[in-house]
Amino acid sequence: MTASLTRSTAKQAHHMRRRHAKARVFAKFCGLVTWLGTALLLVLLWQIFSDGLRWLDIDFLRSFPSRFPERAGILSALAGTLWLISLVAIISIPVGVATAIYIEEFGGKGKLVKIIDINISNLAGVPSIVYGIIGLTLFVRGLQLERSLISGALTMSLLILPVIIIASREAIRTVPDSIRHAAIALGGTQWQTVWSHVLPASFPGILTGVILGLSRAIGETAPLIMIGALTYVAFVPEGPMDSFTALPIQIFNWVSRPQEEFHELAAAAIIVLLVVLLSMNSLAIFIRHKMEKKLQ
Amino acid sequence: MPDITNGQVRWHESLIQGSLGFCALISIVTTATIIFILTRESVGFFQVIPVKDFLFGTSWVPMFEPSSFGVLPLLWGTLVITIGAALICIPIGLASAIYLSEYASAKQRSIIKPVLELLAGIPTVVYGYFALTFVTPALQYLFPGIQVFNALSGSIVVGIMVLPMVATLSDNALRAVPDSLRQGAYALGATSYEVTTQVVVPAGLSGIIASFLLAISRAIGETMAVTLAAGATPNLSFTFLESIQTMTAYIVQVSMGDTPAGGVAYQTMFAVAGLLFVITLFLNVIATFILKRYREVYQ
Amino acid sequence: MSSQSINVETVTTELDNILEMENVSVAYAGNYAVKNVSFNVARNAITSIIGPSGCGKSTLLRCLNRMNDFILDASIEGNIRFEGQDIYAREVDAVEVRHHIGMVFQKPNPFPKSIFKNVAWGPTVNRYQGSITELVERSLKQASLWDEVKDRLNDSALGLSGGQQQRLCIARALAMEPNVLLMDEPCSALDPISTAHIEDLMFDLKSRYTIVIVTHNMQQASRVSDYTAFMEMGNLIEFDESERLFTRPSNQRTEDYVSGRFG
Repeated sequence: MTASLTRSTAKQAHHMRRRHAKARVFAKFCGLVTWLGTALLLVLLWQIFSDGLRWLDIDFLRSFPSRFPERAGILSALAGTLWLISLVAIISIPVGVATAIYIEEFGGKGKLVKIIDINISNLAGVPSIVYGIIGLTLFVRGLQLERSLISGALTMSLLILPVIIIASREAIRTVPDSIRHAAIALGGTQWQTVWSHVLPASFPGILTGVILGLSRAIGETAPLIMIGALTYVAFVPEGPMDSFTALPIQIFNWVSRPQEEFHELAAAAIIVLLVVLLSMNSLAIFIRHKMEKKLQ
Repeated sequence: MPDITNGQVRWHESLIQGSLGFCALISIVTTATIIFILTRESVGFFQVIPVKDFLFGTSWVPMFEPSSFGVLPLLWGTLVITIGAALICIPIGLASAIYLSEYASAKQRSIIKPVLELLAGIPTVVYGYFALTFVTPALQYLFPGIQVFNALSGSIVVGIMVLPMVATLSDNALRAVPDSLRQGAYALGATSYEVTTQVVVPAGLSGIIASFLLAISRAIGETMAVTLAAGATPNLSFTFLESIQTMTAYIVQVSMGDTPAGGVAYQTMFAVAGLLFVITLFLNVIATFILKRYREVYQ
Repeated sequence: MSSQSINVETVTTELDNILEMENVSVAYAGNYAVKNVSFNVARNAITSIIGPSGCGKSTLLRCLNRMNDFILDASIEGNIRFEGQDIYAREVDAVEVRHHIGMVFQKPNPFPKSIFKNVAWGPTVNRYQGSITELVERSLKQASLWDEVKDRLNDSALGLSGGQQQRLCIARALAMEPNVLLMDEPCSALDPISTAHIEDLMFDLKSRYTIVIVTHNMQQASRVSDYTAFMEMGNLIEFDESERLFTRPSNQRTEDYVSGRFG
């Protein structure tokens, strides 16, 4: 009984052809859909650039918002955003990284660590507006910090803490135990091991997490609205207790107006926002590259 | 004889460990605070408005007289947006994940992955802008009777926003399926379509479903895009072409308005936020559970 | 080329050869893993391919059912014929080739499905015309697994032991009713008892199927196979009836390998 490599009946051959056709169509479909998503991004960016580019000049960056589109600018918003990011960084990076270090290096496998673990993954999924409500109740009203930069920074820090913690934990976990054992064997304490060996090794991953978190903080609007970041601010904040506005708030405000010009101003502000985000991410990638090269 | 007793170093260590532990506790305190604040205010609210009226009432008019506090219109608004977004992000996200893990070359992956990361990093207010300036006009061209603020626009934009999440997480789930499974299936004389849909995707199903749940949770909690796109009209109707209000959009509306603090109208914010918190928490817990429970299913 | 001792002509030309390999070479991105190998596989016999790690035996095996198609930078030269037909010819469908030439892998890889579904999947996807239930039972019996699983066909295949899983994979391959069964070190991940079980199995299967087995276990090869090919560094050093190759090898390298002097 010899076998042939082609099916004996026409029906079976036809069936085989259909199976192959199905496979080809499926593969093409998945590919098409995926590249559609890529195209979508380009459409989105194109829309923003074509709308906003003509309003983007140095005066735009130097002016305060105004009822008149020609005179409106994002100075206060940009200043607010930069202030916010700095404060958020100062608060959230130490706390986030410290938490990650504690859980990974000192926590052991006890129940406390498990609770913190579940806790953090739940916090990561809480909607940003809930953080806004907490900020309003706790910081603005409770601690009487009013609608200030520090209220906003504290609220945002709570929001992005899970992001930083999770990413830092991942980074710390990938550091091989052999490094820790070597340091301990040389007589170092646990903290010395962490500070001198584990942290430097996990720095690239931690940095990625920090940038991810800060990017999120820059772009979030809802919590700031909740704590009362003002929508018409014609001054640059001078201290953490000052009231403020931020880029996303300004964008939101302009988009909500019916006039076409304000929509275009919003687009210009979005370009600035995206440029800030892009710079942050590029800086992070650059630093990460440098660090990874050094570690090798 | 060398001194090997506990010295100053130990004291130092304890202090540092203590500080680190203190930071770790902040995360627990955060959750406790969220639960405490939401519960306290909601309890106050439910002392005035019966829970049944809130959860099952179909009319939401908290600011005017005659007032009524049935949250169903807001819940419905959230549901409409979420379902619409899911209809977009789940099929497209899964198809992209399949393409990335089963068909794309390394070079193609190296283009698509960064694009997905970029899309994921775009602030939500930008999606709101995109909805108002691109999607809604396009919809107005396709459906001439549509309102400026409508649920469809919000759904589409939220769907796009959540898409990278579904694609990335599902891609991870599919890549975690051992290659030996694929090899075994191909060796039986099957086509890529059959291997992918009948062996690989079922094997990675737990991770894929978890990604869907996380994406849905994200869509439910989304605020800015829906506020800008879908409007502020609590609505129990069945159409995508009208303005609706989601739970999140309502909360924003209250905080931007002049509602005096302490009144029932003000407390609605907490009741709605509490409901939102419970729903998203529920979804996230289930997603985490699915991921953990079915992780060792290959061995 | 090298000092190959191949008794291909005398050993297998008179026999019914189901697979013929002629000057087969396989390169991965320019590096040759298999160099100019030629020998034939006799019908209803067990042919083993032995050799030290990295000698190319698995690579060669994977050519026989076109599994190397999935490796993007692999290039194959030479001629491989199944029942006289070139399996790499342009008009040949690789999927069809795999219907006739099945494979069992080194590490058992059952699908995370029920035992029944594992065996039934291949035939179902290929629109098997008869009774699937009977086919599943038949295949499990041929793989000597039926008695152990007949009461729990709907249980997950992952609940079986390693040896049982491998026999399940054999049943799964047999359910396709192939002509040739390729086995890539099928017992290397198993304990001695399961190994013995599967070796017994191979004797039973011989009457219905042709088996080609890659193994690094020389004792297994000499116990089980009718013909043996010895490869080293991509080259075929010697191919002969197993009895002769293991007791009176023609090539010094073969002698060194089978007596344990290296590898």
